Amino acid sequence: MEKELKILKYSDLPKMIEKFISQGYPVLAPVHKGKIVEIEYVQSLDSIALDVLLSTQSAKKAAFPKVEKVLEYTMNKAGVVQHPVDPADSKETILFGVRPCDASGFKSLDAIFGEGPSDQFYLSKKEKTTIISFSCPVADEYCFCTSVGGGPGNTAGSDLQFTSVSKDELLVEILTEKGKKASRIFADLLTEANSAIDKTKFIADVKVVFDLDSVVAKTTASFGNAELWLEQSLRCIGCGACAFVCPTCACFDFQDEQDTKKGVRLRLWDSCGFSLFTLHTSGHNPREVQSQRWRQRIMHKFAYMPEQLKVVGCEGCGRCSRACPVDMNIKEHLTAIREQVTV
Amino acid sequence: MNDLIKKVTQLLDDKTINVFIGYGQGTASRIRTIFVKNSSQVENLVYTSDCTANLAGYLLKHEVKKIGKLGILANDSALRSMMQLASEFQIKDGEVYVLHAAKDGSFTEFADFQSIEAYLVTIDTGITSDEQERIAKLEAMTVKERWIFWNKEFEKCIKCYACRAACPMCYCHRCTTDVNQPQWIPVASHEQGNLDYHLMRAMHLAGRCVNCGECANACPMDIPLNLLTYQLIAPIRTTFDATAGMKADAVYALSTFKPDDKENFII
Ligand code: SF4
Ligand code: SF4
Repeated sequence: MEKELKILKYSDLPKMIEKFISQGYPVLAPVHKGKIVEIEYVQSLDSIALDVLLSTQSAKKAAFPKVEKVLEYTMNKAGVVQHPVDPADSKETILFGVRPCDASGFKSLDAIFGEGPSDQFYLSKKEKTTIISFSCPVADEYCFCTSVGGGPGNTAGSDLQFTSVSKDELLVEILTEKGKKASRIFADLLTEANSAIDKTKFIADVKVVFDLDSVVAKTTASFGNAELWLEQSLRCIGCGACAFVCPTCACFDFQDEQDTKKGVRLRLWDSCGFSLFTLHTSGHNPREVQSQRWRQRIMHKFAYMPEQLKVVGCEGCGRCSRACPVDMNIKEHLTAIREQVTV
Repeated sequence: MNDLIKKVTQLLDDKTINVFIGYGQGTASRIRTIFVKNSSQVENLVYTSDCTANLAGYLLKHEVKKIGKLGILANDSALRSMMQLASEFQIKDGEVYVLHAAKDGSFTEFADFQSIEAYLVTIDTGITSDEQERIAKLEAMTVKERWIFWNKEFEKCIKCYACRAACPMCYCHRCTTDVNQPQWIPVASHEQGNLDYHLMRAMHLAGRCVNCGECANACPMDIPLNLLTYQLIAPIRTTFDATAGMKADAVYALSTFKPDDKENFII
């Protein structure tokens, strides 16, 4: 649909949230929790952290939670009786106050979960989520969205995007049918916007640090470059912090939890950084050492996904670098691939 | 600083070591671990008051060990981790070249474990006053309040295992959390799974934790995990007169039996 522009007053934001809630839409938004910022259900604008650069974790949990029940079963002498969990059993939700890199992260997840036997647990939750992003007035040195095709005012993946254009006013871009539907809930708070308004004046300037095509080509050519991956990952300690905060990391594990009579099957986040990730029952591990796991992380995002799904698996949010206990900085490592590898 | 650079250059040049584990400048003004393999990289070493990370965990990393003979810039915590690791047969005397970085910025070479032990008895191995205060607050709580406090903290946990990966004492090839036959700890990062994991980890560190704080520093969700393991330091000390990471040939308090062990904790 053709995008529409409106103006919303900051002072009307509390009313907008109230309207969502009173009409039965749960609102997920960034919330301060001590030093970190979580994405949680909120009841009013007061608890929403709109002043932060980025939430600690991404917003992916709106459609891909860290623990998700996918099956229930009971057991008796006759055998196992399955009680399927309905993937469509979720509420229409507003994901509010996230950043453009969170919204565009869902594009990668859509590609992953939509491919092959499409994943209804993810897709139906995603379908029922309306994403209201805020463009970024500031960025920090970990951000590199503009190098991976995004940007501080990127609207890809958002249904509505708000940009602060003065101290009392927000520019509202209505981008999709879903966004249009959500905007009707607070239509009385919206006024017409001047179509000549230049959004770029109000957003951060994030410098492009590398040429993506070249990084993709060089990463793709580097599978056998053991020295490169070892050099980059020698200090990597093999935790899953990077994958779990990432808006596009989608690997998961299944675990059954049961007693003698009943059980549940759970889908859980997993990470290619863990040594257990590829461990076979036989004891053989095709990714025996951490450098091979680091290679997998980078190649999955910058070689395999572009090749197979036509999307890059990174939004340049820099969350992984911020979360990393040992300062593995993805922007730096991609820049190094760009500079060091010759194809 | 010049002393450090000179020393490491010499160690690499005369092949005493093949790699030196030290601190370097990271991104966004962070300090990171660097691995210096030849004298042309020596200039990348830094040593400032921000160089507080315990580097001892890298002594056990397979790909680091493969480089050859290791040298390490060890702060007090790293020395204690090394003694604890030695007592658990993870490193041997003479295997690692140890340069000690004192708080005042001076560097001393430790020829063997014995000299490390001799140094360790002279330092304060306690936790900081800030940590003491936080623990006192926890201990002043009722059991119920403490339970609520920890459950609230664990609620944030995403089971990324950064705490485990960062801890020099969490070196088990197959951690209890990873064992699935039988499954001791629920894998899921739900209430039960998080609680079981953290209690298990704390128990496995009782008498082994050298209070370096790496677990809490590593946690992306800002969970004060160190308080959990630190709370076990005092009981182990008063009950068994044992402090982790002081002696390379120490026997582990919780896996040995002495006839005069106190039994007042048995209910
Ligand atoms: S790989 Fe890192 S920078 Fe890229 S989207 Fe994931 S968390 Fe963000
Ligand atoms: S580092 Fe923090 S979030 Fe990760 S497993 Fe440990 S406590 Fe949980």
